[in-house]
Amino acid sequence: MHLTPPAIAVEKLVKRYKTATAVDGISFQLPSGSITGLLGGNGAGKTTTIAMIMGLVSPTAGSVAVLGAQMPKQRYRVLHRMNFESPYVDMPMRLTVRQNLSVFAQLYGVADIAGRIAQLAADLDLTGFLDRPAGKLSAGQKTRVSLAKSLLNKPDVLLLDEPTASLDPDTADWVRSHLERYRVETSATILLASHNMNEVERMCERVIIMKKGRVEDDDTPARLLARYGRETLEDVFLDVARGRDREVMA
Amino acid sequence: MTPSAFEFSFNRTAAMVRRYWYLLISSWPRLLDLIYWPAVQMLMWGFLQTYVAQNSGYFANAAGVFIGAVLLWDILFRGQLGFSISFLEEMWARNLGNLMMSPLRPAEFVSALMIMSIVRLSIGMIPVTFLAIAFFGFNLWSMGLALAAFFVNLILTSWAIGIFVAGLLLRNGLGAESMAWTIMFLFLPLTCVYYPVAVLPGWLQYVAWSLPPTYVFEGMRALLIDHVFRADLMLEALAFNVVLFALAVFAFLRLLASARTQGTLLQGAD
Repeated sequence: MHLTPPAIAVEKLVKRYKTATAVDGISFQLPSGSITGLLGGNGAGKTTTIAMIMGLVSPTAGSVAVLGAQMPKQRYRVLHRMNFESPYVDMPMRLTVRQNLSVFAQLYGVADIAGRIAQLAADLDLTGFLDRPAGKLSAGQKTRVSLAKSLLNKPDVLLLDEPTASLDPDTADWVRSHLERYRVETSATILLASHNMNEVERMCERVIIMKKGRVEDDDTPARLLARYGRETLEDVFLDVARGRDREVMA
Repeated sequence: MTPSAFEFSFNRTAAMVRRYWYLLISSWPRLLDLIYWPAVQMLMWGFLQTYVAQNSGYFANAAGVFIGAVLLWDILFRGQLGFSISFLEEMWARNLGNLMMSPLRPAEFVSALMIMSIVRLSIGMIPVTFLAIAFFGFNLWSMGLALAAFFVNLILTSWAIGIFVAGLLLRNGLGAESMAWTIMFLFLPLTCVYYPVAVLPGWLQYVAWSLPPTYVFEGMRALLIDHVFRADLMLEALAFNVVLFALAVFAFLRLLASARTQGTLLQGAD
C-alpha cells in the first residue's frame, strides 16, 4: 500500500531558551491538503512552533519535516513551496503594494509576475491601492496585502498566524472564504494559529490546542465539543486554558 | 537538482537590489543625505589643508593629501554604512522574517547589500569628487590605476565590516544598531588616515599594519607626496582583506546560526 507522507511532521519537538521552555516535546503530523487550527493562549508556544516549522528557529531537540525536508537544515529544498503570513512581520512601508509584491514574486521565482499580482489583486480586492505605499494602508488592507504576499508562489504549505486579526467581520469572512477556496483548488496544507474560535471552528477540520508548550488536546472540532460537553470551541478553549478536567466536564 | 544553501540566483539578488533601489528613490532627503556629509567633510578638510599649506613648506609640497585622505576615508566609512543601512532597513521594516523564510540565500542577500553599498557610495561620492576639483583643484580621478587599487581594497574592508555588523544585528536585534554607525570609527585612528604609521607608538604600529586600510592610506601618501605608486602595499592590503573577508563571512554564518537558536530572526516570538 502506498502511503502519502505528511506535509508537516513534528516529532518530540522541544525549544528551550535560557530561562524558559517555549515548546516542550510536542508531536503531530499534518496530512497533505489538510487545514488545521493551532490554538493556545499567549505564551502557549504557537508562534515558536510555527517559527520552527518555517526554519526560522532551530529546535533544541526533536525534529520538524516539511514536505519531506528536515527544518532548518534542508529548508532550501522546500522554502519555494512554502509561505506564511504573520503579524510579527511587515512589508517595507515606503514601497508601494505593487513594488512589494513584485519583489517577493521575483524572490519566489514566480513566472508571470504582473499576471500573478493582477490575479491576487482581483481576488483579494487590492486593485484600488496597488500603487499606494504599504505604510499608508489601513490595518485591514495591510492584512490583505500580507495575505497576497503569502499566496504569491501558490504555496503547497501555508502557515498563517492570526490571518484575520485586524479585519472587520465582513472582510474577515471574505478572507476565510478565499483561503478555503484556495485550499480546495490547490490541495495546499494550511496550519492556522488563531485566537478566533469561530474562525477555527468554521475552517479547520482538526484543532491542536497548546498550553505551556505542550499539546493539551488534538482532535476534530466536533469531537472536542462532544468530549468537553460544550457548545462552542471558545468554551473548550477556556476549559483547557483554565485547567478544567475534560473527563469531569464530560 | 535539489535546491541547496550554496545555490546562487542572480534573479533573487536582482530582486533585492530592486527593492533597495525603490526604497532609495522614494525619499529625496535620503538621497541628499548621501551627498551632504561627504561634501561637508571634504570642504572642511580642504580649507584646512589650504590654510596649512600656506604656512608650511612640507604641506605645500604635499598638495591634496588631506582631501585625498578624507575622500578615501569616506569610501571606507560610507561603503560600510551603505551596506549596513540597507540591512537595517529590513530590521526597521520588520521584513527580516519575510526574507529569511523566502528562498533567498544568505550569499544572495549579502551580494545585494554589496551592490547597494556601491550604488549609495556612487551617489554620494561622485558629485563630491567634482566639488573637490572645483574648490581645490584636487582631482581624485587623476590617480587612475592607483585609485582603482585603493577603491578595491577599501570597499573590500567596508564589506567585511558590514557583513560582521549584519551578523551582530541578526543575533542581537536592533540593540546592536549603534555598532553599524560607530564601528568604523575604531579604524580612523588605527589605520592612520591623516598621518603616517610612523607617528604611532611601536606596539600600535603592529596593530595598524594588520588592518588593510592602513596600506591604502600609506599608499596614497606615497603617491601624493613622493609620486610613487606602491603596488607592494596594495598587494599586502589585498592579502589582509582576503583574510578579513573570510573571517567576517565565518562570523556572519555563526551569528546567523546562533540567531536561529536564540529565536531572534522572528521578532515577537512567544
